[in-house]
Amino acid sequence: MDMSLYRRRRAINFVTMTVSVLTTLFGLFWLAWLLVTLFSEGFQHINWAVFTESTPPPGSTGGLANAIYGSVLMTVVAVLIGTPVGVLAGTYLSEYGRHHSISGAIRFVNDILLSAPSIILGVFVFEVVVRQTGHFSGWAGALALALIVLPVVVRTTEDMMRLVPDSIREAAVALGTPRWRVIVQVIYRAARSGILTGVLLAVARISGETAPLLFTALNNQFWSSSLDKPMANLPVVIFQFAMSPYDDWQHLAWAGALLITLGVLLLNIIARVFLRPQERN
Amino acid sequence: MRQLPLSRSAATDTGDPTPWPDRIFSSFAHLSAGTVLLVLSAILISLIFGGWSAMSKFGFGFLTSDAWNPVTEDFGALVSIFGTLVTSAIAMLIGIPVSFGIALFITELCPAWLKRPIGTAIELLAAVPSIIYGMWGLFVFAPLFADHVQPWVSDNIGEWPIIGALFQGPPLGIGMFTAGLILSIMVIPFMTAVMRDIFEVVPTVLKESAYGMGMTTWEVTRRIVLPYTKVGVVGGIMLGLGRAMGETMAVTFVIGNANHINASLFMPGNTISSSIANQFTEAVEPMYTSSLIELGLILFLVSFVVLALSKLLLLRMTAGEGKIT
Amino acid sequence: MNDSITGTMALEDRFGRDTSVDAASVPKASTSVEAVAAGQEVGGTSELKIDIRNLNFYYGKYHALHNISMGIRERRVTAFIGPSGCGKSTLLRCLNRIYDLYPRQRAEGEIMMDGRNILDRKEHLDLLRKRVGMVFQKPTPFPMSVYDNIAFGVRLYERLNRTDMAERVEWALRKAAIWDEVKDILRQSGTALSGGQQQRLCIARAIAVKPEVLLLDEPASALDPISTLKIEELLDELKEDFTIAIVTHNLQQATRVADYTAFMYLGDLIEYDATDTLFTKPSDKRTDDYITGRFG
Repeated sequence: MDMSLYRRRRAINFVTMTVSVLTTLFGLFWLAWLLVTLFSEGFQHINWAVFTESTPPPGSTGGLANAIYGSVLMTVVAVLIGTPVGVLAGTYLSEYGRHHSISGAIRFVNDILLSAPSIILGVFVFEVVVRQTGHFSGWAGALALALIVLPVVVRTTEDMMRLVPDSIREAAVALGTPRWRVIVQVIYRAARSGILTGVLLAVARISGETAPLLFTALNNQFWSSSLDKPMANLPVVIFQFAMSPYDDWQHLAWAGALLITLGVLLLNIIARVFLRPQERN
Repeated sequence: MRQLPLSRSAATDTGDPTPWPDRIFSSFAHLSAGTVLLVLSAILISLIFGGWSAMSKFGFGFLTSDAWNPVTEDFGALVSIFGTLVTSAIAMLIGIPVSFGIALFITELCPAWLKRPIGTAIELLAAVPSIIYGMWGLFVFAPLFADHVQPWVSDNIGEWPIIGALFQGPPLGIGMFTAGLILSIMVIPFMTAVMRDIFEVVPTVLKESAYGMGMTTWEVTRRIVLPYTKVGVVGGIMLGLGRAMGETMAVTFVIGNANHINASLFMPGNTISSSIANQFTEAVEPMYTSSLIELGLILFLVSFVVLALSKLLLLRMTAGEGKIT
Repeated sequence: MNDSITGTMALEDRFGRDTSVDAASVPKASTSVEAVAAGQEVGGTSELKIDIRNLNFYYGKYHALHNISMGIRERRVTAFIGPSGCGKSTLLRCLNRIYDLYPRQRAEGEIMMDGRNILDRKEHLDLLRKRVGMVFQKPTPFPMSVYDNIAFGVRLYERLNRTDMAERVEWALRKAAIWDEVKDILRQSGTALSGGQQQRLCIARAIAVKPEVLLLDEPASALDPISTLKIEELLDELKEDFTIAIVTHNLQQATRVADYTAFMYLGDLIEYDATDTLFTKPSDKRTDDYITGRFG
């Protein structure tokens, strides 16, 4: 055996493996730094006022109550719009059109929507809703968010329903069950937790989305529960406050950033806890 | 005990025995699937429609003009396109090797007990919203960068011939480079997750037989894993690129919103998405808005192409599983 | 032992009986519907429940069943045997038209049941499937409680109040010989049962809607011997109320449970007779070869 060749190979391997470890540390370093800053700055400025008072004018103290409320409300509406359409579309792909060629096109388009820049969705909703109605509104914001929910739910619904074995479908059909009942009473039931996980992940995704709301829901300094008017929401408030020169506003921005991150992480963790038992089956 | 009537399943006149509840449900499913197609077409149409006045006024010159003057209503996409390309390029230059290294670490080097936690950590980090990255970039990174790194770099590397021009300029902290770096940090968890998934597709038996021959980890990666996953890795990279190009908030905080092109990476600039984000609500004149929408159309089309390519590549890899090129 | 001079073969079947067959006199294919109808009755008279006439089946272009004609007797167990790919499952699946789910599969010919051709396009499939129930090879409990699994089918066709439904559920579970094992866990998920229990649950589910015919596609092939035995004992009881058609690759199972057996090979019905006759004095050489294990 040629020892020098062997040593060289070992050396190359050592170098590349070290580089690999270093890059991992490099990547994790930045991310750790980010999280540490976020948590320390955020926790510093979280207090009861954040949850009870509305956003203040510059230079005074206040909270994020209206922004939190607005975000939650628009998220709920977005889910209510996007989920039924998404589940039914996923149902089509899994049950009715599984092998039709148009399904390939639908899946492709869905994936494009899934990864499309969310600011474009905001521009789109601006054009079709805000322009037409003449004003910004919570509805427009919710619709833009719904356009993000839709492809996520379509994808996970189809994937989860396809996991249900055909033998179950045949058994239900063999009993004489009408097709819609087979889908609703048997297959949805079997895929239930997977579909829910998809919805949770979609919610996590839209919780932090700013761009689609920038010119649809815009923002509202005051408490407003009307979806017809511009609606305060956490991401746009954070954007506005963070870019401002006012300390109070910047503190609130950090608090809001922490809230969003905690919410998103929590939703993802819950989704994982739900999804794992499903995968084991 | 009551028997449901035999005619429960209502046959139509044509003799087709599909009952009406089935047909209603089926129609809803079909309609919803059609909605997906409808949404994409609607987006495309509305972007073309909205950008039409700008398109007809500026024509193809829009793509090459670096003007951006709301007062004279002279707009050009070059500044924004340049910014998008440069920040994405920086993000990829940093992000690809790092993601690759982390993915390699997770699949080959990592001790078993560490695999799950790190994998989960990466996935959770990929879920952190981009606005967080932007804020952190603005408040934490930019000041440090401006105080400690930029002066040194522009004093030293900035003096080198040719590439020195890339690193000159006042220590603002924000700018193209910062935006690119923040973008790379954002894209790394995402690309790592994709690459890790792709690496795990390689059949264990293949790797085991290579190790069994005495190949080192690097050699296995280079000669077995990479050729096998080559197409998928490129697809994953393109997916990351598509993500980086469309990213708004991580970039908007730190790019500086300046509408001119500079040779130096340390100077502020604009990307397509940050232009739209920063200026859309201020754009009162129709031509201003229309130009911004045309920018959006350009971004949409470019990401469409990139995403379509990445899909094709990823599909080719899964279809060709088992074949080593 | 092959005596090539005279062209006959002296054989001993697996039961040790001499079953010499004159090779020259073996007809190309033999169906014994007439024989079955004529007089080889096993225990009392029985009408034809299902009359299959000139059934041809296609998977796309592939001609899977060739001109099958036979009758399935009411309240008897009819078994279909044959090597893999012979078409026995395909034939079974024609009887409840479950192949209709798949667009590239189609059947031609007639299958008469109670005076109507169930292959007719106008036939109401869900009502057909109420009358013809099916149990599959792989146990398929629905993702719901044991109780709901049984009640599911019943609810499709009848409106029962709570007491009546509970009675029906108990009746079905008793008939499937699983009541004692599940009576305390009715609210638990059907998927929590063992394989053998799940299969009996599926049988109970099929019985609960009170079908006239029960189709069983290799019901015990995925189960352990004890569960298999339980199911075979079950069939003996069930045939008092239902017409049963069972596909099995286990020849001994056919001899144990079936009154009539049909042997199929490469899409043809080779021989169809009372089980005893088919296994002891098969008229077709191919039947004999299969039974004695020359091929499988």
